[in-house]
Amino acid sequence: MLRIECPLCGERPYTEYRYGGDADKRRPMHGAGGIEAWHDHLFLFDNPKGPHREFWQHVQGCRQWLLVVRDTATNIVAEVALARDARGMDRQGPGER
Amino acid sequence: MSAGSHRVRSGGRIDRREPRAFSLDGRRLTGYRGDTLASALLAAGVAVVGRSFKYHRPRGFVTAGVDDPNGLFTLGTGGRAEPNAQGTVVQLTDGLRAASQNAWPSVRFDVGAINSWFAPVLQAGFYYKTFMGPTRRAWMFYERFIRRAAGLGAARHDPDPDRYETRHLFTDVLVIGAGPAGLSAALVAGRAGARVLLIEQDGLLGGTLLSDPVDGQTESWRVRLEAELESLPDVRILRHTTALGLYDGNTVILLTRRDHCAPDPVQGEALQIVTTVRAKTVIQSTGAIERPLVFPDNDRPGVMTASAVRTYLNRYAVACGRNAVVLTNNDSAYAAAFDLAPRIDRVTVIDVRRAIHPALATQAASLGVEVHAATAVTGVLGRTRVRGVTLTPIDGARGRSAACDLLCMSGGWSPLVHLSSHGGIKPRYQADSAAFVPGGYAPGHFGAGALTGRFSLGEAVATGWQAGVRAAADCGFERAAGEAPTLPEGAPWDTANHRIEPVWTLGGARAAKAAFVDFQNDVTVRDLEIAHQEGYESVEHLKRFTTLGMGTDQGKTSNINALAIMAGLRGIELAEAGTTTFRPPFVPARLGALAGRHVGRHFRPVRRSPLHAWHLGHGAEMIEAGPWLRPWYYRWAGQTVELAYLEEMRRVREAVGLSDVSTLGKIDVQGPDAAEFLDRLYVNGFARLPVGKARYGVMLNDAGTIFDDGTTTRLAETRYFMTTTTAGAAEVMSWLEFLAQTAWPELRVHVSSVTDEWAGIAVAGPKARAVLERALPGCDVSNDALPHMGCLEIEWDRVPVRLIRLSFSGELAYELYVPADYGTAFWEHLLSSGEPCGMRPYGLEALASLRIEKGHIAGAELDPRLTLNDLGLGRMARPEKPFIGRELAARPLLNVPERPSLVGIECLEPGPRLRGGAILFAASDEMKGHGRGYVTSVTWSPTLGKFIALGLYAGGLQHLGEEIVCAFPLYGERVRARITSPVFLDPKGERLHA
Amino acid sequence: MLRYSLSRLVRHALTDRPWSRAWREAKPRNRYDVVIIGGGGHGLATAYYLAANHGIRRVAVLERSYLGAGNVGRNTTLVRSNYMMNGSTQFFEFSLKLWEGLSQELNFNVMLSQRGQIVLAHSPAQMDGLARRGNTMLLNGIEAELLDRGQVQHLLPYLDYSPAARFPIAGGLLQRRAGTVRHDAVAWGYARAADALGVDIIEGCEVTAIMHDSSGAHGVETSRGRILADRVAISVAGHSSQVAAMAGLELPIESHLLQAFVTEPIKPFVDHVISFGAELFYISQSDKGGLVFGGHIDGFNSFTQRGQFPKVEGVAQCALALIPGMSRLKLLRHWAGIQDMTPDGAPFICRTPVRNLYFNGGWCYQGFKATPAAGWCLADTIARDEEHPLVRCYGLGRFAQGGASLDEYGHGHWTYRH
Repeated sequence: MLRIECPLCGERPYTEYRYGGDADKRRPMHGAGGIEAWHDHLFLFDNPKGPHREFWQHVQGCRQWLLVVRDTATNIVAEVALARDARGMDRQGPGER
Repeated sequence: MSAGSHRVRSGGRIDRREPRAFSLDGRRLTGYRGDTLASALLAAGVAVVGRSFKYHRPRGFVTAGVDDPNGLFTLGTGGRAEPNAQGTVVQLTDGLRAASQNAWPSVRFDVGAINSWFAPVLQAGFYYKTFMGPTRRAWMFYERFIRRAAGLGAARHDPDPDRYETRHLFTDVLVIGAGPAGLSAALVAGRAGARVLLIEQDGLLGGTLLSDPVDGQTESWRVRLEAELESLPDVRILRHTTALGLYDGNTVILLTRRDHCAPDPVQGEALQIVTTVRAKTVIQSTGAIERPLVFPDNDRPGVMTASAVRTYLNRYAVACGRNAVVLTNNDSAYAAAFDLAPRIDRVTVIDVRRAIHPALATQAASLGVEVHAATAVTGVLGRTRVRGVTLTPIDGARGRSAACDLLCMSGGWSPLVHLSSHGGIKPRYQADSAAFVPGGYAPGHFGAGALTGRFSLGEAVATGWQAGVRAAADCGFERAAGEAPTLPEGAPWDTANHRIEPVWTLGGARAAKAAFVDFQNDVTVRDLEIAHQEGYESVEHLKRFTTLGMGTDQGKTSNINALAIMAGLRGIELAEAGTTTFRPPFVPARLGALAGRHVGRHFRPVRRSPLHAWHLGHGAEMIEAGPWLRPWYYRWAGQTVELAYLEEMRRVREAVGLSDVSTLGKIDVQGPDAAEFLDRLYVNGFARLPVGKARYGVMLNDAGTIFDDGTTTRLAETRYFMTTTTAGAAEVMSWLEFLAQTAWPELRVHVSSVTDEWAGIAVAGPKARAVLERALPGCDVSNDALPHMGCLEIEWDRVPVRLIRLSFSGELAYELYVPADYGTAFWEHLLSSGEPCGMRPYGLEALASLRIEKGHIAGAELDPRLTLNDLGLGRMARPEKPFIGRELAARPLLNVPERPSLVGIECLEPGPRLRGGAILFAASDEMKGHGRGYVTSVTWSPTLGKFIALGLYAGGLQHLGEEIVCAFPLYGERVRARITSPVFLDPKGERLHA
Repeated sequence: MLRYSLSRLVRHALTDRPWSRAWREAKPRNRYDVVIIGGGGHGLATAYYLAANHGIRRVAVLERSYLGAGNVGRNTTLVRSNYMMNGSTQFFEFSLKLWEGLSQELNFNVMLSQRGQIVLAHSPAQMDGLARRGNTMLLNGIEAELLDRGQVQHLLPYLDYSPAARFPIAGGLLQRRAGTVRHDAVAWGYARAADALGVDIIEGCEVTAIMHDSSGAHGVETSRGRILADRVAISVAGHSSQVAAMAGLELPIESHLLQAFVTEPIKPFVDHVISFGAELFYISQSDKGGLVFGGHIDGFNSFTQRGQFPKVEGVAQCALALIPGMSRLKLLRHWAGIQDMTPDGAPFICRTPVRNLYFNGGWCYQGFKATPAAGWCLADTIARDEEHPLVRCYGLGRFAQGGASLDEYGHGHWTYRH
């Protein structure tokens, strides 16, 4: 079965996690972006057959949201990071508030 | 007691001192400890053990292992009856009761055999071409008979009294199959210091070595290896254990059968155990199975694979016949011939190859075994058992018949590539061994032994050794493992590596009709020809059109033959044709074992409130609410829910009641940015909520539709106490964490679920304040000190209490939260304090009805298909304040005035009732289509004396006061009703603020 | 087309006369009126109805693998029309009506077995939900019966009515016309009938590009060469995103795995189609005798066509929660298909932003039962270059507009929750 290595808790079966979907789509800034931006963010998917950046939450462990790169054709997990850290570079930036 | 007419006097791995009495179809028989059901039946001379699926042809055992297509039985009785048990793998136990299947009145005389007269019509795909008339529903008529005729054993609906377990194991090296390759691999990896898990589906280790004579050359080697393995501390051996499948992440699922030990379920002993193994490395040493040959009437009882005959002889001391013909296209079958020769009257080898290895010829001659080269068996005499064969020289000369009572066949060997295929690696055809072998191995996987298409004992040990060394090294164990154990001298057929010359059919054109490829599903060469004619020739079409390989054996003996024959018809190479997909499980696995202990009341975990025990002890009738069990009603108020909830409601409206609201989700939100966090989350604002105040809030999802609701109380400048719905608690918690961690990591806020930490109790009714005054002396709960939506953090007997004035019922009401461990004590304290006021507990049904009277939304209305406006809550959102979902909530069609929105509905007729799920129409509408809306929640209102409901209605309160029809055609009902405000009771909130 | 019948069968049996191919092994031509990408049930049905209903016979169906390799041969074979949301109710009822005459229309027995489906409820709230569904069905001319616990027990005495049942059965909704169809036969029957009308069915032909420019789609590049076409339709559920991307389209679709399960064959054991209400789980018995069942998707995007074991355990647990007597029955095989999942659980049959390019996909769990209607409506949409009235609700633009929901079970906008 699929196993994901939580950066805090170690390798655990996927059943300890909650899937959180596509993480590739940049979330519009809070309170910004119109219908179109939010529509594209929420409803359109690259859905690649290959490496897929996606969210998982370690609900039965540290409860951290993780950013996982998993190949959807093989289920092999290439990278796992805390979403909090990994989002750093493509986040909207400090001016958001 | 007879030991069986076919039992050999000495030898074998059976224990003649321990007889085992069993029965077949009521006939009493005896075998020995160490027998399988199959070996005991063969020893007793039982030749016909079943009838085939379609033509009901008499069938006997073909093999001695998991690949046997024919010998299926129903074992046991009552709730323990198991259909389709494979006789070749059932360990004989005392008192075993077996019944044959798919035959009436008996397997020896079966009326269903009449089907074979129609065999030409019942060809592959016949049902696609007929049964289509005379009417369009004609199939429904035919299907009844076909269903009854189909199926193998009959299953009973009785519950299973046995117990099954699941468990998890972790290992460095998992070795699958304890034949010579697996034993070698496990030994070397074990010596290197790795944790080794060696599994073997048999009860004994050794694999093919167990079919060697028990006093033979290989036995001492086998025993020595087993002993050393047992002595290694980190080697664990699981016998009677089959690898069902390989899954992602080097996960292998094992099934351990303990049927032979008659475990006691009452004592907690499991009949079968499913183990999920996480292995760092996996050695596949699953071996190979022998292929039958395809020739006319090759399905007659007494036609068996050569290796099976040898296994029955050497392992079970059963001679399956006295006069044997061995038909082969490779060297391996000579082993059977040579082992049989000294034990039975006559053995003749029919070898389709022109050249016989001189060593074999010499040995045959010395044992008195006649060998005919370049000859084939092209027919079988006898119906319920073999009486002779037709022998025809390959070059086409006329055949002759020869008497025999046993035909041993060997068409070569098929490696068990299932596990590597489960991982998505397609098998590869290896021409020199005429076999499909694994097309590769996933990282950390190694193949060894016959699986690799190398069938000699020497190669098995060598490849096993090598795989063991590499697997251990992969796990970091590189300790020198010493010398490979020296092997006994190989027999000539062994070192010669089989020298197979593939031959896929014998007997020419005549072969077609009664030359069986798939024994269990009655697929003949003729069926393959029809499939080819019609274009169903890709491997998957072939399978699906002819049902080839779809039996309980999943085509273990038939698939490769069929694929080769089809490749021949198409004029392509077998390598090009490929195989069908091998799917788990490798052998059929009981659903009970897969489900483990998650059955009956343990199907899914139950969540219980801290007050659960109190409720049970005080007359509560409980009801499932998602994972929770909650009090539905209490018997103090009535013996049925219909009576009780009315009484409970009356108590709340007229005096005071209390109820357990511990199941609400509770989240502690803390941090300097907690206010900002909540402001973004809820449609309404929380930043300006004063400390000590609570507020009702609604959350949307990103799509701008309803997500959840609840109240949040500001306990301090930087601390909030949020409640969510019971059903939404987990979702909301994850969502908050998602936002805090991924979307807004710059916010200094921390969220923690405290659902389980706090017991929640609602006290509601006009006398609620009086109760609290008594229960919490010294605490000012006056309207001034604690107005509606006010909160006090106080102590009761040094226990912290969060007292929040909130109302779901519309009455003067409070929610009190205390640490979960004090929940029951506090509940009892409140009850005794409330006694003079007449306070009694009320359950979920009353809670729901109270809220309908007040028009509060709940489960049925908190629907992600609905918007804030649909629920009449649009005013809660302040347009200038951004909140989650604001943008997509503005999508044009979500904001058209004719969308259905929340209304109250009151029944206008005295007799009939309103029902949830009724469809709403305007009085003038034609009653068809989807109507203008529907009823979400309904109750009899004792306060108003009529049925009232909440519902969604197109245009909503624009239609206030209009008469509508609630249609419930399922019961043939149409009830007149009127649109009202959803707030039926106390619209000004005077009770609330009292 | 050689007509199938009992007498034909007997004649062939007696004379050993060879059968002819069910469909020709067609070679791709240079140009077609319509090229349909995907030789599954939907693509073949579309080709058949293009030829049969609209007289458009210069049609090619291109299949990357073997015909019917996808979900038409991997599903649990259920057909039903117990839909509640406006649009889906009518569409799936139209589909069921087409199923009811399909064997005769195609002269190929697809073995429609209208044995009835019972959806169970385990709480008063779920009963209300079933009531809304059943009432909607009746008001749309679809038969439905609401059963109380006793009536369910009478029909299905072998379910768990014991006090040990974790989620006691409250009642159920019965649709008698629902049932099962022999899935492979659907692909073969449509293929044979379409072929007889002149459609070219081309297996082993992978589309590698969709030729398109600002004026629209003009054809496809394939592993067997370029094929020009006036109109191109995509009908490749499971891989919709990959093929649509060839025309520069991004879809509201994610691909997920759905597992399916079959037990060893046994004598008649379950006579209906039964759906559990506590979790997603459905079961019926095939004519061959195997119990066929399935559950929820594995829950994360995947194209692996092999499932996760915890789901196998979970589904086995559902089976026993429903029918405890299944404990001793053996799982024979389990497999997985890739299905398109959408944000509302409903499909797409529509034109696309690229002219002359049509799309059919996003079927979630319901692709098989939709096969005839999807083929019919897509063919109509292609022929008229305008959405058939029954599929106007199934457009790609619906999420941008908002509008009436098609979300049958109220799971929200997450593709993987449906």
